[in-house]
Amino acid sequence: MIVDGKRKIWKDYQKEIPDDHYFYVRSCIRQNFFPASEVMFLKIMRDELACDIYENEYHTTCSGIGYHCDVVPMETTMTVIARQFALMTEAGYKNYAASCITSFGLYSEVIETWRHFPDLLKKIRKNLKEATGREFEIPEYLSHASDIIYKVRHDIAAKGKYRLINRFTGRPLKVVEHVGCHYSKMFPHKGIGGAEYPYVLAGMIEAWGGEVVDYPERRHCCGFGFRQYFIKANRGYSIANTHKKFESMEPFKPDMIITNCPGCPYFLDRWQYAIAEMEGKTYGEDGHGIPVFTYEEVASIVLGYNPWDMGLQVHQVAVEPLLNKIGISYNPEEKYKGFNNEDMGHPEKPVNLKTY
Amino acid sequence: MINFGYNINKSSRIDLDKDLNIAKKIVKIEPSFRTCIGCGCCTSTCSANNFTVFNLRKIQLQINRGELQSIRKEVEKCMLCGKCQMICPRGINTRNIILAIFKVID
Ligand code: SF4
Ligand code: SF4
Repeated sequence: MIVDGKRKIWKDYQKEIPDDHYFYVRSCIRQNFFPASEVMFLKIMRDELACDIYENEYHTTCSGIGYHCDVVPMETTMTVIARQFALMTEAGYKNYAASCITSFGLYSEVIETWRHFPDLLKKIRKNLKEATGREFEIPEYLSHASDIIYKVRHDIAAKGKYRLINRFTGRPLKVVEHVGCHYSKMFPHKGIGGAEYPYVLAGMIEAWGGEVVDYPERRHCCGFGFRQYFIKANRGYSIANTHKKFESMEPFKPDMIITNCPGCPYFLDRWQYAIAEMEGKTYGEDGHGIPVFTYEEVASIVLGYNPWDMGLQVHQVAVEPLLNKIGISYNPEEKYKGFNNEDMGHPEKPVNLKTY
Repeated sequence: MINFGYNINKSSRIDLDKDLNIAKKIVKIEPSFRTCIGCGCCTSTCSANNFTVFNLRKIQLQINRGELQSIRKEVEKCMLCGKCQMICPRGINTRNIILAIFKVID
């Protein structure tokens, strides 16, 4: 990677990220796929960095999945989003923080559309008032939760117990960063570093001691693509995208992948299983896959939280090779134990993809 | 192996360093390859094209684009009769191009 050139590009795409007082909205799907990521985000922000982050149990989906699958009309989506903004307004917040990249992209799209079509904004205000009696303000600052972790990345590094360094070789770990398409491909100026070379995850990797892998298909979609995946007949396109990325990153021998979207870690993780079972191909060392993480999980690893408390046992690709490389102490016996030390049951072992 | 009810679709990715080199190698062997205007006269006169979907104009276009997946199978249909060479308005040595493709493609 020619870093000097990238730094020049990154300089043009900076955004203001507030220091404190956020209204936080969760993703509909992340808690199933990567169950503790959002909890860890709140824990880090509140307990480690003493920030004020407010959550409201009445917020709903942004309807993004339905919108991108062409089943929810735009005005319905806008009214649902207006309701989320109303909850923020009622709670007295102005800084909106989204956990999901698709929501973040959709909020950006909706706010931008209202800027161009004020009559439409008026209509949505009327819709919301008639449907719920609520009124709303547009957030002053819209951040994705990864923007916030990016902003505090050096604080996390300073408090950290571990760095992204291979303890056997002393060299930085080779990290693939995958930024969700909806983060900045639609509105490059709304993301840190723009669309071509977003810096949001690369900045975290650098701050935490790793080395960013610059491979040809770096900016390619993870393969989710909504209707490409949701319609089974189209799934060949979805997995082909992921396959293309893995074929492209394989020669660089990455140690791990970091992502900032709900769908990306899911598809980069689970499709490794599907590719292995369909074609017998694996991309990690000795028949393992390349471990895939959310940025909150990596921040928590750096800060020294117990891997099983942050839900790393539900990943399809085993995370142990990476934990061993960093030198994180963990108890393999506790991997499938729940909070009360109950056995949660063990998953079935894949045939071709090695697990622990 | 498990059948999940879908396959991994083939990629149409072109490796600019590798795939476009084939065209350059063919030009080295038969420089007239470069002068093709894609008129399609060769294809319209081709006997092999009478019986199959063989298309010499398409082959040269695909080679120049680096789309090489089906080329090997396609050129095998040529009978090397040379009719295309007689009709080509650019006087291209089309038969030698077919032979050159065989030489460089594998
Ligand atoms: S007839 Fe000659 S110029 Fe025309 S497409 Fe065929 S090879 Fe090219
Ligand atoms: S030499 Fe080959 S391409 Fe040309 S007319 Fe004959 S069969 Fe067709």
